[in-house]
Amino acid sequence: MTGKGGTGKTTVAAALALALASGGRRTLLVEVEGRQGIAQLFDTPPLPYEERRIAVAPGGGEVRALAIDPEQALLEYLELFYNLRRAGRMLKRMGAVDFATTAAPGVRDVLLIGKVKEATTRVLDGERVYDAVVLDGPPTGRIGRFLNVTAEVAGLARMGPIKTQSDGVTALLRSGLTAVHVVTALEEMPVQETVDAVDELRRLELSVGTLVVNMTRPSLLPQSEVARIAAGGVELARLREGLVAAGLPDRYAAGLAAEAVEHAVRIGLEQDNRRTVARLGMPTYELPLLPGPVDLGALYELAQRLIDQGVG
Amino acid sequence: MARHAPVLDVDGMLRAPGTRIVVCCGSGGVGKTTTAAALALRAAETGRSAVVLTIDPARRLAQALGLTELDNTPRRVAGVGAGAGGALYAMQLDMKRTFDEVVLAHAAAEKTEQIFANPFYQSLSGSLAGTQEYMAMEKLGQLRAQETWDLIVVDTPPSRSALDFLDAPQRLGRFLDGRIIRLLTAPAKAGGRAYLKVVSAGLTLFARAVTKIVGAQLLTDISDFVSALETMFGGFRERAQSTYDLLRKPDTAFVVVAAPEPDALREASYFVERLSADQMPLAGLVVNRTRVSLAPGLSAQRAAVAAEQLAESGGDQLAAAILRVHADRTAAAAVESRLRDRFTRAHPDVAQAVVPAMAADIHDLEGLRQIAAALAGATSRTTPTSRTTPTSQTAPTSQTTPVSP
Repeated sequence: MTGKGGTGKTTVAAALALALASGGRRTLLVEVEGRQGIAQLFDTPPLPYEERRIAVAPGGGEVRALAIDPEQALLEYLELFYNLRRAGRMLKRMGAVDFATTAAPGVRDVLLIGKVKEATTRVLDGERVYDAVVLDGPPTGRIGRFLNVTAEVAGLARMGPIKTQSDGVTALLRSGLTAVHVVTALEEMPVQETVDAVDELRRLELSVGTLVVNMTRPSLLPQSEVARIAAGGVELARLREGLVAAGLPDRYAAGLAAEAVEHAVRIGLEQDNRRTVARLGMPTYELPLLPGPVDLGALYELAQRLIDQGVG
Repeated sequence: MARHAPVLDVDGMLRAPGTRIVVCCGSGGVGKTTTAAALALRAAETGRSAVVLTIDPARRLAQALGLTELDNTPRRVAGVGAGAGGALYAMQLDMKRTFDEVVLAHAAAEKTEQIFANPFYQSLSGSLAGTQEYMAMEKLGQLRAQETWDLIVVDTPPSRSALDFLDAPQRLGRFLDGRIIRLLTAPAKAGGRAYLKVVSAGLTLFARAVTKIVGAQLLTDISDFVSALETMFGGFRERAQSTYDLLRKPDTAFVVVAAPEPDALREASYFVERLSADQMPLAGLVVNRTRVSLAPGLSAQRAAVAAEQLAESGGDQLAAAILRVHADRTAAAAVESRLRDRFTRAHPDVAQAVVPAMAADIHDLEGLRQIAAALAGATSRTTPTSRTTPTSQTAPTSQTTPVSP
């Protein structure tokens, strides 16, 4: 899941994880940017580097969550493949962990996605542990680079374990198992970045999934009036009469008219933006702007709306 | 009851000759770039020579600022400030080019081509986490050292964490100068023999592990890079440190930018706390995209009831719709107001400026002027219908300061 900052990427990722877990399934919701956005959303203490159940899905099923920390992922990787866990502390003290996770280009991303891959492909008693893994990924501006790990490390690690690991990660990312979903709001910058990101993902031959148009607001004005009011304003005399008929003082007319114009202008722009994203030709889901802060109840509501639109 | 935060005196801040740097920070998607551009424009139009360093402006805003040539140098924006004796310059950060400039300025001349061709340098300068933050701070340091402008306004990169731009430069500097990179690549040069003896057991393990992780090729590339860059060592961390120190001087003003949403205000809180912990000079909080009632006095409930009455009685349906627009907007404004109150309670001394939501996106100088006026407390929005009511009367934590004559 990607999207510009402020479009509700984490919220939508969480709602998707809930929707995909409904009916007795199990999903994993993962974050990789160290923001603890999932914990904030579900109102739980900060997530450790450990898969924890954070919600029960509609109709049974569960969502687990994991905040992947690159340092921990590296130490785990060293232990799994080289039995070097005990050396971890020394490596950390010497700055090797810092080096590999923050400085060596691309290595951090390989480690993060490597952990996602491990969870995605993990099998217990002959069955996949997770029916779906939802990754709350980096924002649109960084998603292409993040997912294009092989190219990132190719110039650097032409051989060796990082190369092997990145090849494995790339194979998974380009398989039918992976789709990159994009969250947008109907505003100029998010739409512009969505178009750019989708172009980039397609160029990189990554599988672009669905578009989630988030935080949509209904037009409160009759469709036939939107363009007219946006361009020419409201007929004040008529509005005054309407107010008086409703038992209100007519002095509010000018202020209300100005609000109507702003609303109409915004609706008009949203319609333009909707046409722009429609040209991307992606299957699209819509989620409304819910009143009030996004809490657990709101997540269930959004999950249900995704299910109603055919998710899962 | 609503709390009243002190008013952020934007014009006072911009006009004071002692203000040389304004840093706009905050989480992604809150309008940092627009705020930075509007502040610089306002400063220019009050007679200062201002430059705005943007990171990733929206295309049309970039065009409005004349940012069509991405040559990493400030360009004058036509039609701003000349009447007041000021000027506005704008530039967009090109992080790779800024890094190249650092190399050109500090590496031995015969080594620069070798550095530019090194695969490790190419990854480092183009994509390494933290490079954008480092380069934004580097560019800020360069612009400040030039002494060409009275005021530099900087936008900050859309980081993973809002605090990255403070931390990433030092982290990157530490890495580039770090003993690790030298131990890895040129142990003999790293320090005295005694030191090496002590760490040699660890070093063997370390080198083995790193080779396993990243492969021998990367180590070779880094080694080449390091030997080519040798003259610069010490420089990276020092430069990061000096920019960091620059930010703590009293002629810097931090403006934390937020939208009236829970996440953005939470990030703003972190920021305020961190700036205060680091003794960074905080000017205040800007809350963008705030919805305010343009028909103050008419409550959401009353408007909704009136709309219902009209609908039921077969009255003017357009008037009913317009009343619903008002009810919706006023209810949203109340939610936002509560969120701002929470911030104010937690940080009662932080001055605030409230910018009303504009119906359309900002992509011309006129739009920036409107934002700038709102920032300075003078609302000058124009809509197709004439309107004289000030818009901020009903927003509890927003107080407008009249622009001084």
